[in-house]
Amino acid sequence: MSAHTDTYDPKVNYLNTDWSIKSWLLTLDHKRIAWLYLVSISGFFVLGGIFALLIRLELLTPQGDLLSPDGYNRVFTQHGVLMIFLFLIPSIPAVLGNFLVPLMCGAIDVAFPRLNLASWYIYTIGGILIVIALITGGVDTGWTFYTPLSSTYANSQVMFVALGVFIAGFSSILTGLNFLVTIHTMRAPGLTWGRLPLFLWGTYATSLINVLGTPVVAITIGLVGAERTLGLGIFDPALGGDPVLFQHLFWFYSHPAVYIMILPAFGVISELISAFSRKRVFGYSFIAASSVGIAVLGFIVWAHHLFTTGMSVYAATVFSALTMLIAVPTAVKMINWTTTMYQGAVKWDTPMLYAVGFLGLFLIGGLTGVMLATLGIDIHVHDTYFVVAHFHYVMVGGAIMGFLGGLHFWWPKMTGRLYPESFSKVSAVLIFVGFNATFFPQFILGYMGMPRRYHAYPEEFQVLNIFSTAGASILGVGYLLPLVYFTWSIVAGKKAPENPWGAMGLEWRIPSPPPTENFVKEPVITDAYDYEHEILKEQIEEIARDEAAAVPSTA
Amino acid sequence: MIELIKGYLPNILDNLPLLPEQASTIAAEVDLLTLAWTAISFVSGTIVVAVALYFGIRYRRRYATQVGGHETHAPAVEIVSMLIPFVACMAMFVWGTKVFVDMRRIPPDAVEYFAFGKQWMWKIQHPNGLREINDFTIPVDTPIKLTMTSEDVIHSFFIPAFRVKQDVLPGRYTTMWFEATELGEFHLFCAEYCGSEHSYMGGTVTVLSQEDYQDFLNQESPERGSPVSGGRELFTSLACVTCHQEADNARGPSLRGVYGREVQLASGTSVVVDDAYLRESIVNPRAKMRSGYMPLMPTFEGQVTEEQLHDLVSYIKTLDNTNDVAANDDDSSDDSHDSETATSVSAGG
Repeated sequence: MSAHTDTYDPKVNYLNTDWSIKSWLLTLDHKRIAWLYLVSISGFFVLGGIFALLIRLELLTPQGDLLSPDGYNRVFTQHGVLMIFLFLIPSIPAVLGNFLVPLMCGAIDVAFPRLNLASWYIYTIGGILIVIALITGGVDTGWTFYTPLSSTYANSQVMFVALGVFIAGFSSILTGLNFLVTIHTMRAPGLTWGRLPLFLWGTYATSLINVLGTPVVAITIGLVGAERTLGLGIFDPALGGDPVLFQHLFWFYSHPAVYIMILPAFGVISELISAFSRKRVFGYSFIAASSVGIAVLGFIVWAHHLFTTGMSVYAATVFSALTMLIAVPTAVKMINWTTTMYQGAVKWDTPMLYAVGFLGLFLIGGLTGVMLATLGIDIHVHDTYFVVAHFHYVMVGGAIMGFLGGLHFWWPKMTGRLYPESFSKVSAVLIFVGFNATFFPQFILGYMGMPRRYHAYPEEFQVLNIFSTAGASILGVGYLLPLVYFTWSIVAGKKAPENPWGAMGLEWRIPSPPPTENFVKEPVITDAYDYEHEILKEQIEEIARDEAAAVPSTA
Repeated sequence: MIELIKGYLPNILDNLPLLPEQASTIAAEVDLLTLAWTAISFVSGTIVVAVALYFGIRYRRRYATQVGGHETHAPAVEIVSMLIPFVACMAMFVWGTKVFVDMRRIPPDAVEYFAFGKQWMWKIQHPNGLREINDFTIPVDTPIKLTMTSEDVIHSFFIPAFRVKQDVLPGRYTTMWFEATELGEFHLFCAEYCGSEHSYMGGTVTVLSQEDYQDFLNQESPERGSPVSGGRELFTSLACVTCHQEADNARGPSLRGVYGREVQLASGTSVVVDDAYLRESIVNPRAKMRSGYMPLMPTFEGQVTEEQLHDLVSYIKTLDNTNDVAANDDDSSDDSHDSETATSVSAGG
């Protein structure tokens, strides 16, 4: 570092180099763009959370008394649209991915910094269009936009929302492209594919799906628009179309989109468990390969959403079998994460609480996924609360636990500040307990036969719905806490050291927060999980210190 | 089992049932499958969580120098972590597919009912033409085949107590079957989100004993004739009969005995004539043209309602090679009543 002292001022970092609004809105720094995304997705998360709250309050009683039927339909549709397209899909890739991909690659930025900023603007335009739709009447088609309801029958702001989703999709495509090119071309010398941190493997697999899958949903939305505005018969049988075709096209993207949400979380969890066990992640190549395997398999299972449409028995059988195969790479990950802790030095800091919470929730999400892949069970539970519970376990229990775990882990690096550990532990426990209390009863509700998207329901379902709503209030408090203490920590948190967790990744070898150029000198690539040699080094240093201390006393 | 547990618990289980009633032949099969996987999940999930927690607690707050087990992987662990889920899931796949095939294989002796879904009601038609709205009265221990179509958006016919569900699509027929084993009243839901009043699109399935069902049929006089007699009237009034004659040089193929037969198409393939094919050939005659005929038939799309289509299909199904149509029609007494509706239809057609 001495060679750089003339140009490098350790007091200046990417955050305090320029505080003007312009410097933020026109920044090309991937770390600042990560912040732009973090602020936007947090806003949409709060909005989507308010809709979730309204859903749970309405379902407290069997009668539809809080909201009108149309009001309720808008609320659950908007909850889904906001949470999926504007929160979950960009959450880990666009926030943590933007911040970490260049740092973990040992690069100064992503491959196309201007495109990266443009992606955020594209996402924002899509988000604004969706918000305009909410203000001017909302949308009531369900986030799945099934035809011909969405194309011919719905009277709400379908086109605004569809256009918003269409535009926001390009942000995913461009961000995915940016990451793929960055990971391929900008790795520092010595960072071979076999040394790539598992977060990058997760991001890489996600980016593949973004680039290959998102155009399909863009085309599908375009076709719905063409039918709605021009009357072209594509999906509505009254115009000569096929309503099931829409479901095939929609799920061809939207099933892989589930993996867009969960694969980056897998990457985060791999980093967390290794760092907090102070041990090399077990089965590195199996975890990396299983991410890519899930991304590939994810493209050939879409029709398991269509088992009740009356599709042929043969097609249903093939899709059921292919779906079952996804259990294999998923189980590989679970077992390897668990084994990583074996003989480690486990620290139960907040990020580790989230990681272990993730293991528990994702386990339930995965095991119930097998039930849904089983044809004989799916027919009964399809479109019931069983499915609602399952995908919340995967996407909230999985993706959001991963996102929050990652945010707590890298927060000191992003902000240079520490958050209060006691509050964050309380919030992790509240989220875990509240989540289970909210969504576990919904498995039973679904099996009992309560269909999803119901505004009113028969009285015998009320007890379980009360459990669920009570759990949601705990969950809500759990989500509010980080919003408060993270904001507080930016202002008043203790200064974070370079490497508060003793982790091995490249990003922990530069100051917190990092300088704008990331690496002041050429990064030296070492194994990102080489705790064994790190520990040896510590031992040698310790012995050296002891010897040094011993010398004067004998003199 | 659940009854046994209930005996020892306070009344809360009455308000908190864990399984819905088993009221059809398939219900117990589905529940057994579900309970089997729940048991597997419980055992394997408990093991994974217990091991993770054990490692997490056993190896907590140790000095870095105590860390061991630096292997990058262990073949035995990886093989086990792939093999066990693979075998378990394939077993579930095979078993689940067997149950699914049972759900989809309609018994040949099933009694045929018809259902129309529309925003936001179910219209049921009994074989004798009796109609119910949002209520579905059926006899116990009788296999029932339900052919369904939607007049607008996609709906889904769901009877939780029977563990059956089938989407109801506009523009085509879908079918399902079930056999009720318990007397009583059960929920009928629409499971596919269909717009404003989706939550209220449902009703009650009432299962009656065979005798009570006969009484029910006798008490409720059909407001219109049987689908077959209605279809016969339409067949004449829509002038179908001018082309679909017996003669070899007729412009359209004879429909006598065509149902259930495999016929050659102009495209070179063949198709088995079923309800869906007959319906499609009326609304979209050129979709699957019979070989040897000119594409002369006009489309009846928009000119006949779904109910009239169902009538026509029901009538065509009764035409067989041997004898007169009337002989197959068990409801000929309704003919006079029916001609009025038929006339009004022909005006529209």
